Amino acid sequence: MKRRFKFENAYLIFVFALLYLPIFYLIIYAFNKNGNMNAFTGFTFEYFQALFADHRLILIVVQTFLLAFLSAFIATIIGTFGTIYIHQVKKKRQNTILSLNNVLLVSPDVMIGASFLILLTSIGFKLGFASVLMAHIAFSIPIVVLMVLPRLQEMDQDMINAAYDLGATQRQTMTEVILPFLTPGIIAGFFMAFTYSLDDFAVTFFVTGNGFSTLSVEIYSRARQGISLEINALSALVFILSILLVIGYYMIMRSADEDK
Amino acid sequence: MTKKIQLSAIPYCLWLFLFVLAPIALLVYKSFFDIDGNVTLANYGTYFTSWTYLKMSVNSVIYAAIITAVTLIISYPTAYFLTKLKHKQLWLMLIILPTWINLLLKAYAFIGIFGQSGAVNGFLNFMGLGSQQILFTDFSFIFVAAYIEIPFMILPIFNAIDEIDGNLIKAGYDLGTTRFQNFTQIIFPLSMNGVRSGVQAVFIPSLSLFMLTRLIGGNRVITLGTAIEEHFLVTQNWGMGATIGMVLIITMFVVMFLTRERGSKA
Repeated sequence: MKRRFKFENAYLIFVFALLYLPIFYLIIYAFNKNGNMNAFTGFTFEYFQALFADHRLILIVVQTFLLAFLSAFIATIIGTFGTIYIHQVKKKRQNTILSLNNVLLVSPDVMIGASFLILLTSIGFKLGFASVLMAHIAFSIPIVVLMVLPRLQEMDQDMINAAYDLGATQRQTMTEVILPFLTPGIIAGFFMAFTYSLDDFAVTFFVTGNGFSTLSVEIYSRARQGISLEINALSALVFILSILLVIGYYMIMRSADEDK
Repeated sequence: MTKKIQLSAIPYCLWLFLFVLAPIALLVYKSFFDIDGNVTLANYGTYFTSWTYLKMSVNSVIYAAIITAVTLIISYPTAYFLTKLKHKQLWLMLIILPTWINLLLKAYAFIGIFGQSGAVNGFLNFMGLGSQQILFTDFSFIFVAAYIEIPFMILPIFNAIDEIDGNLIKAGYDLGTTRFQNFTQIIFPLSMNGVRSGVQAVFIPSLSLFMLTRLIGGNRVITLGTAIEEHFLVTQNWGMGATIGMVLIITMFVVMFLTRERGSKA
């Protein structure tokens, strides 16, 4: 019994090492004096300094975050009202809408990118920030719906009826009863949409054109030219940010659970 | 009452039409046009008569199948062992954490690790085996793709095993099953729905990982995704790209059909 347990632990350690070693490899070499990812010769902050001095890259980072924030924000609004609408329609229609809603979640990202490219160019959209923003909003909406809907289904219909009985207008019911109850789901949806947007490469790559670039696209074009430790430095920062986002997300989810 | 709420749902409904239905329709529509804008069935003709396209598609499916198999073999025991841990939700979160790091950065890490004088070759040299060409091979592509997909396989399997009623397992032991029988007769069959959704979550994206084929496969590996990207962004032959897209969509539906959740809760 005891030995068996040891094998299980050894296996899990192996898997965790497999998952994390490449990431730590990337981060550790950000501090390498040698200038490549081969031999660690000494400690330096040179590449972090280079990173902060690289105005083009800083601008791209800012753009990427602005894009993620805007697209998540707009997608959250559209998605939340969409969810309330889905919740009201009849069961049969609801299933149809939900399966359409999920189409973009299961489609390979290349297909989403290619079909959005056709769509945006055929309605005469100029490729750039606006087209990327549209695409990101579009693929974030179903995620928001998926995060908000369970919360809405949990909601007691009597609460809404009670609000009307007490003389609340429709607007008051919405802003003072329904939306506050949905808040945890809405925040979770916003968070997911935000990270999806930050992470996306394929869709952005298709609809971005020449003028506008996000972090993923920039890393792709730099990585095609070979190793540059500035990217390692950047990934170290991104890693820390990811951990902070995960912690933030779980804190919010936790306090939402306690509310129940 | 409903009228006003319907009004706020207009953007959502617009989105359904504009970004879900219209793109599919446009893709189908585009696949009937050649590069000069003439209506034609030639794209499908070319596709089904060209050995290159057919071979590429079959290869792409084979690569995706290998990636899925490798991922499953590594992930199933991991998910199973994880469910037995004390703070399992915390450990699960640590499994998911790497997915929050940009895929391009992970691919980039492997360019360093697998490179001519990277960590793996350094180790091989140290062992006296000499340097090998690792980057830009089938092996490196499958390895990196599996690396990226592992968390997406572990998560559904973990949830499926975790949901199994503990009483069923106890009942098994009470009826005299061995540990091995208990696993093969009770736990494994009950976790199949998790395995199916894991396979779905890994197989479909694996068909379209064009950035990995470019960065890690060094244009040696060509998948459906690579071909679509090539036609849309390099050769600008959107008709042919859309045709290959239709093939990808059909493959996707086949996979979804094969891995659909089966209702009977035996």
